[in-house]
Amino acid sequence: MNADLIRFSPGVYLAPAVDWLNANFHPFFDAVTKLIEAVLGGIEAVLLYPSPYVVILVAVLLAAFLINFRVAVITAVSLAFCLLAGLWTASMQTFALVTVAVFISVSIAFPLGILASRYKSLEAGLRPVLDIMQTVPPWVYLIPAVMIFSLGRVPAIIATIVYGIPPMLRLTTLAFNQVPKDLLELGQATGAPPRAILLKIEIPSATPTLLVGLNQCILLSLAMVVLAGLVGAGGLGAEVTRGLTRMEMGLGLRAGLAIVAIAILLDRLSKGALQGRGRGPTRATH
Amino acid sequence: MNTINNANEVLVDCQNVWKIFGARAPTAIRAVEERGLSKKQILEEFDCVVGVANANLQVRRGEIFCIMGLSGSGKSTLVRLLNRLIEPSLGQITIKGKDIAKLNAAELRDMRARNIGMVFQSVALLPGRTVLENAAFGLEVRGVPRDERYKIARAALEKVGLADWMARYPSELSGGMQQRVGLARALAADPEIILMDEPFSALDPLIRRQLQDEFRQLTKSLGKSSVFITHDLEEAIRIGDRIAIMKDGVIVQVGTAEEIVTQPADDYVSEFVAGISRIHLVKAHSVMLPVAEFQTLQPHCDVEALLKTSPEADIGELIDLTMRSNRDAVAVVENGAMVGIVTTRGLLCGVAGTPARELVAA
Repeated sequence: MNADLIRFSPGVYLAPAVDWLNANFHPFFDAVTKLIEAVLGGIEAVLLYPSPYVVILVAVLLAAFLINFRVAVITAVSLAFCLLAGLWTASMQTFALVTVAVFISVSIAFPLGILASRYKSLEAGLRPVLDIMQTVPPWVYLIPAVMIFSLGRVPAIIATIVYGIPPMLRLTTLAFNQVPKDLLELGQATGAPPRAILLKIEIPSATPTLLVGLNQCILLSLAMVVLAGLVGAGGLGAEVTRGLTRMEMGLGLRAGLAIVAIAILLDRLSKGALQGRGRGPTRATH
Repeated sequence: MNTINNANEVLVDCQNVWKIFGARAPTAIRAVEERGLSKKQILEEFDCVVGVANANLQVRRGEIFCIMGLSGSGKSTLVRLLNRLIEPSLGQITIKGKDIAKLNAAELRDMRARNIGMVFQSVALLPGRTVLENAAFGLEVRGVPRDERYKIARAALEKVGLADWMARYPSELSGGMQQRVGLARALAADPEIILMDEPFSALDPLIRRQLQDEFRQLTKSLGKSSVFITHDLEEAIRIGDRIAIMKDGVIVQVGTAEEIVTQPADDYVSEFVAGISRIHLVKAHSVMLPVAEFQTLQPHCDVEALLKTSPEADIGELIDLTMRSNRDAVAVVENGAMVGIVTTRGLLCGVAGTPARELVAA
C-alpha cells in the first residue's frame, strides 16, 4: 500500500496533458496534419503518377548530370531493385515519408546544433533530452503521437522526426566545435561579419561531420519506417509488418532489402547533392 | 590628424595594457589598479594567469616592430590585443589615433578589414578554395565585386611570387608557399599595419631566411608597418627595426637590434643575446676610440694616412678594411670630420661583446 503511494507514474500527469492538448489545440494539430499530408501527397504523386521507368530514367539522368556517374549507377540499381521486387508503390511512399521526415529533422536539429555549439549551457540542457529521445523505445512516443494525430502517416512522421533529430543535432554540435580555431580567428581578423564566418568558414569546414550526421539521420529515420507500418503509415513498413504477421519470409525479406536500397539511395544522393561535383582539396587540378 | 605623412606618426599605441585570464579576473584587475600587485601575487591570491602585464609600446609608420619571447611569454596574446581578438583587461590601445576599445562591432570589423591585416603561424588557408580565392577572401567578406577582388588578389600573389599557382589548392603547396599565400591575403586588403604571428616558425631554415628577407623588402617597399611576433632572436634581428623582448607577460626591453645586443637590460636578455653574432650588429661608433685618446696611446701613428669609413659601418666591414690596409686601425669619418679610430683591439672587443673603453683603460 505504501509502495503504491510513492510509486512514480508520469503517465498520470501526461495523459491529461495530452487530452488537454487534444481538446484545446485540435485545430492546430489538424492544420499540421493537413499540411504534412499535402506535402507527402504531392511528393508521392510526382513519384507515382508517371510510369516507374520514366521516374528511374529521370532520377538516373539527374544524378549523372548533377552529381556523378557512380551515384547515377547506384540510383539505377537501387530503384530497379524496388521495381523488380514488386514494391514500387510502397518504396516511393517510404521515400516520400523519409524525405519529409529527414527534411524536418534537419531543419530543427541543424540550427539547434549550431546554437548548442555556441552556448555551452544550451548544450548541457539539451544533452539529457537527447539521451531520452534516443533511448526511450520509439513505440512509446508513438502513443501520444497517435492520440493527437490519430492513425496514419502523420504520427509516423512525428515519431520519425523525434528519432532523427538527436544524431543530427549531436553531430552538428560536434562539427561546429571542431572547426579549427585558427580559421575562426582568420574570419574575425579579416573583419568578416558573423554571417560570412558561418557560411564561408564554419559550414565548409564542418561539412564532413555534418554529412555523417545527415547519414545517421537518414538511416535512423528509415529504421523508424518499419514501426510506422504499425500505425498505418503504409509504405515498406506496412509490407514488413504484413510479412511478420503472416509469417511470410519472402515478403519480409524483399521489403527489408528495399528499405536498404532506399537508404543507400538517399544517403548517396544527399551526400552528392551537398558536396557538389567533387569540389574540394583532394581534387586533381586541370 | 595633420600628421598623415609624417614618418614618425605612431600607428599603434599601447598604454599600460594588461590581460588577465581566469575566473576571478575582474577582482584581480581591481587589485592591480588599487594595490599594484605582481604577477606572482595575482596567481597566488586570485588564481588568475597574467597574459600581458603593463605593456607599453608604440609602432610608428613604416616600421617593423618585432616582439620576441619564448612560448608562454604572452607575445601571441599581446598581438591579439592589438586587433581586439582578445579584449584587454586594463589599459588603452590606440590604432591610428582611435581607441579600439570604443569601437562597436561594425566599426571594429571595418578597422580590421581596412587597417590591420593578420598572418598566422598555422597559415589558416581555407582548404576548399584555390590560392586565388584564398587570397581574395578578405575582400570577398567585405563585399568587393568578384572581378575587382580577383584583380587585386592576383596582383598581391604576383608580389609574393605565386603568379603561376593561382588555380591550385592549398594542399598542393609547400609550407613556404602556403605562408606566401597568407601574406598575399593580408596584402590584398591593403592595410597599413600587418600583424605577423610567428609566420615563419614552422618553416625550414633556408626557406625561413628567404621569406624573412622577402618580407622585409616587401614591407619596406610598400611602406607598410608591421608587428612581427617571433620566438627566434636572430629572426627578430634580421627583420625588425626595433625589437621588444617579452618575458612572463612583461616587456623587458625595447630597442634596436644593436641596442639590445650591446646593452642588454637584464640577465635574461644578456643570456639571450650571448649566442648572437655581433659582426653585423655592432657599428663603428660603438667600438671606436676618440681620436685624442688614440693619439696618446699610439703617438707615432699618422691618423690621416688610415683608411676611412663611416660611423654606420659594422664590424664585418671594419674587419675587411683593416685586412686591406697595412695598419691595424681604421679612421671613422662623419661629415668630413674624423670622429674616432677603430683599433684591432676595439674590433675584438666588439666581437666579444665587451665595451672597448674598459679594456683600454685596464
